Amino acid sequence: MTWNAALPLLVLASSLVPGLIIFCLPEDSKRTRTLLNLTGVGLKLALVAFMVWGVDQGARYEIRLPLLPGLDFVLRADALSMFFALLSSILWLATTVYAIGYLEDSPNRSRFFGFFSLCMTATLGIALSGNLVTFLLFYELLTLATYPLVVHRGTETSLRAGRVYLSYTVTGGVVLLAGIAWLYALAGDLEFTAQGFVAGLVNDHQTALVAIFALLIAGLGVKAALVPLHGWLPQAMVAPAPVSALLHAVAVVKAGAFGIVRVIHDVYGIETAAQLGVTAPLAALASATIVYGSLKALYQTDLKRRLAFSTVSQVSYIALGVAIAGPVATIGGIAHLVHQGLMKVTLFFCAGNLAETLGIRDVTEMRGVGRRMPWTMAAFTLGAFGMIGAPPMAGFFSKWYLASGALEAGQAWVLVVLIVSSLLNAAYFLPVLWTAWFEDPAEAWPAERFYGRFETATTLLVPTVCTAVISLAVGLFASMPFSPLQWAGLVASLEYQQ
Amino acid sequence: METIASGQPWIIWAVFSPLVGAIFAFLLPRHASLVGCLAALATSGAILGLVRQVVEFGPQRYLLGGWGAPLGVDLQADGLSVVMLLTAGVVGAGVTVYATGYFQRSSQAARAFWPLWLWLWTAMNALFLSADIFNLYVTLELLSLSAVALVAVSGNADALTGAMRYLLVSLLGSLSYLFGVVLFYGAHGTLDIALLGDLTGPSPADWVATGLMITGLAIKSALFPLHFWLPPAHAAAPAPVSALLSALVVKASFYLLLRLWLDVFPVSTPVAGQLLGVLGAAAIVWGSLKALRQKRLKLLVAYSTVAQLGYLFLAFPLASTLAAATAWSGSVMFIVSHALAKTAMFLAAGNILRSVGHDRIAELGGAQRSATLSWIAFAIAGISIMGLPPSGGFTAKWVMLQAAFASGQWWWSMPIIGGGLLAAAYVFRIVALAFAPIGAPGTSKSVPKRMELAALGFAVAAVMAGFATLQILSLLDSGAPFGQIGAEAVL
Repeated sequence: MTWNAALPLLVLASSLVPGLIIFCLPEDSKRTRTLLNLTGVGLKLALVAFMVWGVDQGARYEIRLPLLPGLDFVLRADALSMFFALLSSILWLATTVYAIGYLEDSPNRSRFFGFFSLCMTATLGIALSGNLVTFLLFYELLTLATYPLVVHRGTETSLRAGRVYLSYTVTGGVVLLAGIAWLYALAGDLEFTAQGFVAGLVNDHQTALVAIFALLIAGLGVKAALVPLHGWLPQAMVAPAPVSALLHAVAVVKAGAFGIVRVIHDVYGIETAAQLGVTAPLAALASATIVYGSLKALYQTDLKRRLAFSTVSQVSYIALGVAIAGPVATIGGIAHLVHQGLMKVTLFFCAGNLAETLGIRDVTEMRGVGRRMPWTMAAFTLGAFGMIGAPPMAGFFSKWYLASGALEAGQAWVLVVLIVSSLLNAAYFLPVLWTAWFEDPAEAWPAERFYGRFETATTLLVPTVCTAVISLAVGLFASMPFSPLQWAGLVASLEYQQ
Repeated sequence: METIASGQPWIIWAVFSPLVGAIFAFLLPRHASLVGCLAALATSGAILGLVRQVVEFGPQRYLLGGWGAPLGVDLQADGLSVVMLLTAGVVGAGVTVYATGYFQRSSQAARAFWPLWLWLWTAMNALFLSADIFNLYVTLELLSLSAVALVAVSGNADALTGAMRYLLVSLLGSLSYLFGVVLFYGAHGTLDIALLGDLTGPSPADWVATGLMITGLAIKSALFPLHFWLPPAHAAAPAPVSALLSALVVKASFYLLLRLWLDVFPVSTPVAGQLLGVLGAAAIVWGSLKALRQKRLKLLVAYSTVAQLGYLFLAFPLASTLAAATAWSGSVMFIVSHALAKTAMFLAAGNILRSVGHDRIAELGGAQRSATLSWIAFAIAGISIMGLPPSGGFTAKWVMLQAAFASGQWWWSMPIIGGGLLAAAYVFRIVALAFAPIGAPGTSKSVPKRMELAALGFAVAAVMAGFATLQILSLLDSGAPFGQIGAEAVL
């Protein structure tokens, strides 16, 4: 096996192996567990960074193992996969540090970190999948590995949330399987290829292709929380904060969104998809989700639920950007994959900090919290402004590219969606910021804990501030090489090359 | 078919090793478990030897006593036979290890278990290797009787009732099958599968015989709605026996049905095929729904078997078209993966039962502190039962799905896919219990490590079996039991 073939496997192994070892560790061996976690993260980040550089230089990383007649288990690195892989690895680092601090004294830590590592393996597997069957494998693994994290607390509420989560995601997986199996029967191929591989079938099997597209998007839409398939996401917020942060703001919903990008770009090809007339309904669905999610967020007073509905809304920008079917909008959508991840993870970290330190779970309890926890609230403010799309935050560039892409593709109605959504974003974030910074604090916080030197535990504060700074930086340095926006441009150029 | 060209007659040893073991286990009851282990070792070795011969030289046929068909008793091994033998070998060897921990040395149950189990293994191997329909009847009967006796090994009231019911139903099935055999013999004067295959045609006698034999075997394979005997029998038996029954014994009668369908029954029986498919789909739905409502863990697992057996019968409607080889390969792959996964589940359930002292689902929440590995094994085996990648259950369903689409009968994909959803519902009903806060330590008993490891081993094997799909399909291809090329036709 050459190095280039081994690298994708090593990337997976760097979280799988520590994860499996962690399962076997006794509860109190905190030091070993932390060491394993951080070694895994560090190794993965290094490997992924090296591969990003390699892919930029035109290197080819691919490994295949025969799995089914005519179908291989394929891991391959291309521009899009490295984009997602790098995002996940960086956020995994931040979240692991955060989780170590967050779960300090809670029971079942070995189980938690074991499944956490499995989730990461699944997410990286999704990023590196070279065909739909491999993708399905990791997509299902992600479902199975996140379930234990959702029900981690073992309470009646979390078990119920777990049931809801499973009934959505397992059904989604089954629908996806139906679409994939049908597509394979029709096309005899499932390999991700730039500009797709179904173009030759359009004349004879138009209806079937449309139906398969619907099945695939429905299956992926569950995880991407497209309305009306989003019901699990707010419920899953009973999970511990790091889980909400990494998985429900990033890994799981992004897996769905990433899958949608893959299906449109590398299975159908944007031209074929447009020719079949399936992109317009998807764009409409994504727009509906954007507006609906924001509206629902407006009515939530529980902070995590508000953020959850905000996720429902924001993730659909990705699907919208890809479905608009123009290169500029595609850049906006794909860049948002990273932008939204950074901003949302920051916001969830902040929510976790508030809950852990002061016992604040509701927006109404946040009066004057800016004075008690200035760093956390500063990070929150950066994230919130990014979500609203204020320049120079990263979110601004996503929306800018989406808007100009829509105009370029002659779909001006998208502007209305973007404007309405931004107004709604402002409407549910700005009052929170006002309350936190400018109102007088209540006499006592619901459940205050003190952590010495800083406003909260160092392991909680550092990741929060770091992700906030990064989300600011990717906006400020959007035109630097290797910035998400530039890399999204590379991905889009592969799809739209003539 | 050719006789063995050179080398050891492994085909004989595959039948005689467990037979000799059974005799010695009966004669030396104090050392029965040792005898059992040695016999398992010898049998596994013989099976591996035979597999190698078939891979290298193609199908094997051996004439006992030198007499050929139509007079003598022949043994034959093609790809289908050896895949079944291999499955039985893997499950048999693992369960043997498990049973050494499960049964106390020279207890009453152990004395009964070891000879009966080796006897069952003998009958099963002989069944997979038989080449004429009367021999098949004899081996089937031996298999059923030893299975019934094994259910009753523990001697408690539940087990005896279950065994009794099993016995009556089983005899009914055997009689039905035997009538069919008699009719065929009367009409054609031979019992050899290959010879009969050339002679049968669409005459009334052949149709009646076919119908009788299918009914008999459907009863024994617990096809819905003839499944009612299975759950009480499988649930009441000791854990290793439950595993053997669910993983192997019901598959043996399915194997027989498959053999006869392919080689003996009058060609093109599409109506019967569609009917079997409908019953199979009904079994998936009914078995899963019943599993969802069970109050006892072992009954849940047993109803899951009823559901999973339904998948095997979906191959019949799919195989009546061009996609025949694909459909059959899928169902055999399903036999393999289900055997592994269900063994894991029953062994894990047995461990949980032993550690907690009961298997009432409502009271199992938080019981995961003892027998933790068994809970993990149950969950991992669930991946294959649900048919999620990369498990053997997934690849089997994938191949069947391809057969459904290739034969233009896409609607058969609905039970294949929907069944996975129902399976997820009942699997997670149990898995969720393991996440409840750990209950009071109470009276939990420890379980021997090897029993836990056996369950875990089977669970991991069931999931990893997906990566062996191509090897299994190409082994199955030897001698082209499905007429066309097995593995390639799937492409």
